[in-house]
Amino acid sequence: MSMLSLRNVWVEYGEKVVLERVDLDIAERSFVSIVGPSGAGKSTLLRLLLGQEVPTRGRILLDGVPLKPECGPDRGVVFQRYSIFPHLDARHNVLFGLECAAAPFTGRLFGRARRIALDEADAMLAAVGLGDSGHVFPAQMSGGMQQRLSIAQALVKRPRILLLDEPFGALDPGIRADMHVLVTRLWREQALTIAMVTHDISEAFTLATRVLTLDKRRHDPHAPHRYGATAVYDLTLDRRVAAENAHSASITIDDNVNN
Amino acid sequence: MVRLVNIRPTRRVAAMLGATPLLLLVLAYLIASASRHALNPADKILPTPEAMLSAMRMLVMLPDAMTGERLFWSDTFASLQRLGIGLGISTISALLAGLVLGLLPAVRATLGPLVTTVAVIPPVALLPILFIVFGLGESAKVALIVIGILPLMIRDIAAHVEALPTEQMIKAQTLGASSWQLALRVALPQVMPRLIHAVRLSLGPAWVFLISAEAIASDVGLGYRIFLVRRYLSMDIILPYVAWIALLAIAMDWVLRQISQRGFAWAHGAR
Repeated sequence: MSMLSLRNVWVEYGEKVVLERVDLDIAERSFVSIVGPSGAGKSTLLRLLLGQEVPTRGRILLDGVPLKPECGPDRGVVFQRYSIFPHLDARHNVLFGLECAAAPFTGRLFGRARRIALDEADAMLAAVGLGDSGHVFPAQMSGGMQQRLSIAQALVKRPRILLLDEPFGALDPGIRADMHVLVTRLWREQALTIAMVTHDISEAFTLATRVLTLDKRRHDPHAPHRYGATAVYDLTLDRRVAAENAHSASITIDDNVNN
Repeated sequence: MVRLVNIRPTRRVAAMLGATPLLLLVLAYLIASASRHALNPADKILPTPEAMLSAMRMLVMLPDAMTGERLFWSDTFASLQRLGIGLGISTISALLAGLVLGLLPAVRATLGPLVTTVAVIPPVALLPILFIVFGLGESAKVALIVIGILPLMIRDIAAHVEALPTEQMIKAQTLGASSWQLALRVALPQVMPRLIHAVRLSLGPAWVFLISAEAIASDVGLGYRIFLVRRYLSMDIILPYVAWIALLAIAMDWVLRQISQRGFAWAHGAR
């Protein structure tokens, strides 16, 4: 069942065509990696899905409804950097999303509502492995911890789709492997739908159930901006999908070993 | 040999190094003053410390024959009140205007050029207009301070809000934040340390405008007193007053820095 659909989407900046004729359906609970050379419109595509940018032509539908041209809580995002609040500690970074929804005017919760929300935030921090770091400020966190916090912050809103923009690009290889385990686990446990832009091909194939490659189909050397990029390869990784199905069948028996 | 750029004094050595030029300055003054007085015991240009003390004792301790007030304290109170009101109005206005300008592109497009234009006008050139509009009372002096420092403070705060990472703003929106919540929960707390910094930087200009306004039309105030006694070449009053103004400025700066470090530890890389 397709949850997010792009229909004949074009993005043009004046003369420059960035994306052309993108037709795409993303199924619920899939993990889509988007790869491609620099300048092939990977980040533009992600900004479209995010609602940060509007297509010049074409339509984007989320659950059959046209996407609002503005970011909203139905889509969560984790950027490579700068997506957590430096003035709040880890708990309050996660609490932020809960407070925004519940307290439109003060932006803060008080009393019992606050305690309930804090419990939820703590549970989410524990789920990303930051259970003991609730009072740590971002400036004192390592890059890996910051990305864990950013993921927790996004997931506490239970978004329909989680968008990851090169989330592990700035991390050490060892930390990156830990993050791969974490994302895979969260994707399974919380039944997430994920779209991830990455430079790292092996990362794309390790994590995803589907790999999209964006590139230009045609190239005019005299007018390099004349043609835009589109999905030139669209691979569904049957092996990963099969493994996932087997996993969900056995999920009640063993939860941890199959990572 | 260690490069000069890598020689870092310890805290104690740094304090000693910092005190040395100040002490040397005082010493040089004492020597110059003593040598002038050796030639001419009635010299008024470089008064001795004793002369300064006795002149200041009059102003600090004894009530003035005309007004019955201790002039030093009424001068200090009047100046600090003007400065405080001016800084207070500027700080609150800069915070509000800076947030709105920094967050809302439509307002920035509308009012940005106005702020930039006002910022390039030399404030003292507006002083005659202020005296004509507000009269010679307190409001003209406060208005000069506000006009002098507010435009730059607004630009500083607005630029800081605008420079908050786009990623952060987008993230907050995906977490459901409205424009109001973005201002209140994301921009405001992050701009507070910057605001305190802007006030610290504005203290210098604010004193300049205060002293200028007091020098031109006033009957009380630190700047007024300095310019009044200049007619009698009373360096024994001018020099202590200047030192007192410097001391007040340093104290205000220190207090603001403490507030910033205590209240916004996250912005100072605290461990």
